[in-house]
Amino acid sequence: MQETISFTPQLAASPIAEILWLIPAVPMVASGVIALLKQPKRRTAAALAIGSLSFSLLLALLAFVHVAGAWALGGGIRETVNFTWIQVGSSHVELGWVLDPLAAVMLVMVAFVGLLIFIYSTGYMEHDENYTRFFCFLSLFAGAMLGVVISNSLLLLFMCWELVGLTSYLLIGFWYQKPAAAAAAKKAFMTTRVGDVFFLLGIVWFFAQTGTLLFYNGGAGSLEPAALAALLAQHAALGLTAAGAIGLLIFAGAAGKSGQFPLHVWLPDAMEGPTPVSALIHAATMVAAGVYLIARVYPLMQAGALTGGTTTALTVVTWVGAFTAVFAALIAVAQNDIKRILAYSTVSQLGYMMAGLGMGGVAVGMFHLITHAFFKALLFLGAGSVIHGCHEEQDVRRMGGLRSDMPLTFVTYAIGMLALCGFPLLFSGFWSKDGILEAAQHWSVAKAPFYMLVFGALLTAFYMTRQVGYVFFGYWRGHKTAHESPAVMTVPLAILAFFAMALGVIGTPAWPWFRAFLDGRALTFHMDGFAEPGLIALMGGSTAVVLLGLGLGWWLYGGQAPKPEQPDVLEKAVPVPWGWLHNRLYVDELYGVTVIAFYEWWARVADWLDRRVWGGAVAGVAWLFRGWAQLNRFLDTNWVDGGFDKGCEELATGGGLLSRVQSGRVQTYLRLLALAVVALVAILIWSSRA
Amino acid sequence: MTPLAGYLLVAALLFAIGLAGALTRRNAILVLISIELMLNAANLNLIAFWRYGPHPEALTGMMFAIFSIAVAAAEAAVGLGLVISIYRHAHTTDIDLMNRMKG
Repeated sequence: MQETISFTPQLAASPIAEILWLIPAVPMVASGVIALLKQPKRRTAAALAIGSLSFSLLLALLAFVHVAGAWALGGGIRETVNFTWIQVGSSHVELGWVLDPLAAVMLVMVAFVGLLIFIYSTGYMEHDENYTRFFCFLSLFAGAMLGVVISNSLLLLFMCWELVGLTSYLLIGFWYQKPAAAAAAKKAFMTTRVGDVFFLLGIVWFFAQTGTLLFYNGGAGSLEPAALAALLAQHAALGLTAAGAIGLLIFAGAAGKSGQFPLHVWLPDAMEGPTPVSALIHAATMVAAGVYLIARVYPLMQAGALTGGTTTALTVVTWVGAFTAVFAALIAVAQNDIKRILAYSTVSQLGYMMAGLGMGGVAVGMFHLITHAFFKALLFLGAGSVIHGCHEEQDVRRMGGLRSDMPLTFVTYAIGMLALCGFPLLFSGFWSKDGILEAAQHWSVAKAPFYMLVFGALLTAFYMTRQVGYVFFGYWRGHKTAHESPAVMTVPLAILAFFAMALGVIGTPAWPWFRAFLDGRALTFHMDGFAEPGLIALMGGSTAVVLLGLGLGWWLYGGQAPKPEQPDVLEKAVPVPWGWLHNRLYVDELYGVTVIAFYEWWARVADWLDRRVWGGAVAGVAWLFRGWAQLNRFLDTNWVDGGFDKGCEELATGGGLLSRVQSGRVQTYLRLLALAVVALVAILIWSSRA
Repeated sequence: MTPLAGYLLVAALLFAIGLAGALTRRNAILVLISIELMLNAANLNLIAFWRYGPHPEALTGMMFAIFSIAVAAAEAAVGLGLVISIYRHAHTTDIDLMNRMKG
C-alpha cells in the first residue's frame, strides 16, 4: 500500500499545459476532415491520420519532458487548466485538463503505440475498399482516448470515454457485412453500457456530494482532501462510506471497459474487427482505460485507508482482478482462434492490472499497463501478420511451421510471447508482473490473490507456448503457402519488440524509475533494492513457475501439433474440463438463459402490451378523430368553400376595375394628382369661408 | 415695397405654367423643366413668406430655399439620368410611349 503522495501545488500552468488540449483535438479534427474525403483519397486519409497523431506524439513527448524535468528538479508537478463549461444560476459545471506524471506517461504510450499501429494499418488494410473510413474511425478513437487521458474532470472523462466506446463499436463492426461482426459490435456496446450506467450513477452521486467534478482544483477539487473528508463522513448502506460506494460504482464502469468478470464477455467477441483495431483498442489502449480510470480516481478509492491498510473498494478491485486473471487464463488454454487466445490473455492481464492497483497502488498497476500495452500490441500485430500471411486464416490448427516462412514475424512474436509470460530479466513483462506478485505477497487482507495470480502466470506461460507451438513450430497444415508480410508491417513489430524488452529497465527494484516518477519521489540507484526480504525468493519462484509453464507447453505441443480434424492433446487426456474451457465456461450461455432470456420475455410482454392495450387505445382515438375529420370535410365542401369562392370572385372583379386606372402613363397620374389637389384646395377654401 | 400678394401672384403663375407644361408636354426633358419651374415657384413663396413674416432677420426662409434648390438639383440629375437611360433603351423621349408600368 503506498502512502498518500504530495505534489507541489501549482502556481500557474506552464505553456505546454495550456496547449495540452491540442493533443486530443488535432486527431479529432483530422478525423472530421477524413470523414469529408472521398473514398478513393486513400493516401490523403492515411497521411492526415498519421500526421495528426505524430503531432500529438510530439506534443505528448514535450509534455512528458516538461513533467520529467520538473520532477528531476524536485517533487512531482500537477498542472491543471480549468474553465467553466455551463453556468446555471449559482451552480456551474467545470471542465479542464491535467498534466501530471500519470497523464504524461499514458499520453506518450497511447500516442506512440497508436502511431505504430496506424502505420501498420496502412499495410494491413491495403486491400480494403473502406480504407478512408477506417482511418477516420481510428483517428477519432485516438483523439478520444487521448482526451480520456488528459481529463481533469470526471464529466469530460466520461464524454471521451463514451466516444471511445462509440469508436470501438464502429471499428468492431467495421466489416458489418459479416453478421458475426455486427453482432459482436452490438454486444460490445451493450455490455460496456451496463458498466457505464453504474459509472454514470457514480458520477451523479459524486457531483451531488462534492459539487464539482474536477479532480484537482487548487484544494477545491473532488479528489482533494477536503472533498474526500466530506465523503468519508457520509454513510451509505451496508457499512460503506459514500466514498467507498462511489468508488465501487466507478469501478463497475471500469470493469465494463476493461473486460473484468462478469462483464468480460464482449472482449473476445470484439476480435471480429480488423486486427490493428484489436491491437490498438482491444489490447493496448481502450481496454486499459478502465485501469487508467481507477488509477486516476485512486485518492477516492483509497480514501479512508490507514497507512498499510486497504478499503472496501480496493478489496473488491483486487478480488475481481485476481479472479478475472485466473478465469480468463483458464479459458485461453482451450481456444483455437489465434486472436481469441490473445483476447482472453488480454482479459487475464487486465485482471492482473486491476489486482496490482488494488494491492500495490497506482505505480504497480500502471507499470503493467504500459508494458502490457507494448507487448500485447506486438502480439496482436504479429497475429495480424500471421493472419495476413496465411490468407485470412485464424485457426491455429491450420497453421504450423511458420518460423521458416515468416522469420521476422516469428522472432518478434517470440519476444512478445516471452514478455507476456514474464520470462526472467530480459523482458519487461517479468518486472511488471513481479511488481504485482510482490504487492500481492504483502497484501494484508488475504493470501489467496497471490496464489491465484501465480497460478495465472503458470497458465499464461502454458497457453502462450501452446499457441506458439501451434503457429510457428511443427509442419504447415494450411492450404496455400504462407508468406512474410511487407516492411510497413514488420518494422512496427520490430520497434514494439524492442520496447517489449527495453521497458523493463525503468521498473526494476534496483532502479524503480517508473514508480518514483509516478509518485513524485526522488530516485536513487541502489542494488540493495533486490535485498528486500523475500524478493529474490519471489523472483526465483516466479521464474520457476514461468519455466514450468513453458516446459509443460513445450512437452505437450512443441513440434507435434495435431491436424485440425484430430482432437487436441489435452482434449484427449481430459475431455470433460476441456469441453468446459473450450466453451468459455458457458458464461455466454448463462447470460443467454438468464439475462437475455429475461429480456426476450420482457420484450414479448411489451410487444403484447403494445399491440393489444396501447395499440387498441391509439386505434380508438384515431377512429374518433377520423369521424370528426369527416364531419369537418362535409362542412367545408358544402358551406365554407362556397362563401370563400364568392368572396374571391368579388375581389378579382374589383381588382380588374381598379387596374384600369393604372395606365402606366406618368402624365395621367400627374393629372389625377393635380385634379385631387384642386379639389382639396376647393374644399379647404369653401369650408374656411363657411 | 411690392406687397406680398404680388410675389404670391407671380409664384402662382409660375406654378401654373409649370404644371401645365408637366401635364401636357410629351417630351420627357420638357416635363422635367416644367417640374423645375414648379419647384422654383415654391422657392419664391418660401422667400416671400420669410421676408414678410414675423422674423425676417432669422435667415430661416433663405436656408429653406437653398436646401430646396440643392434637392432640386439632385432631383434634376437623377431625372436626367433616368431619361437618358430610358432613351438608350427605347430610343424615344416621348413619355406617352413609356407605359410599361401599367397594371
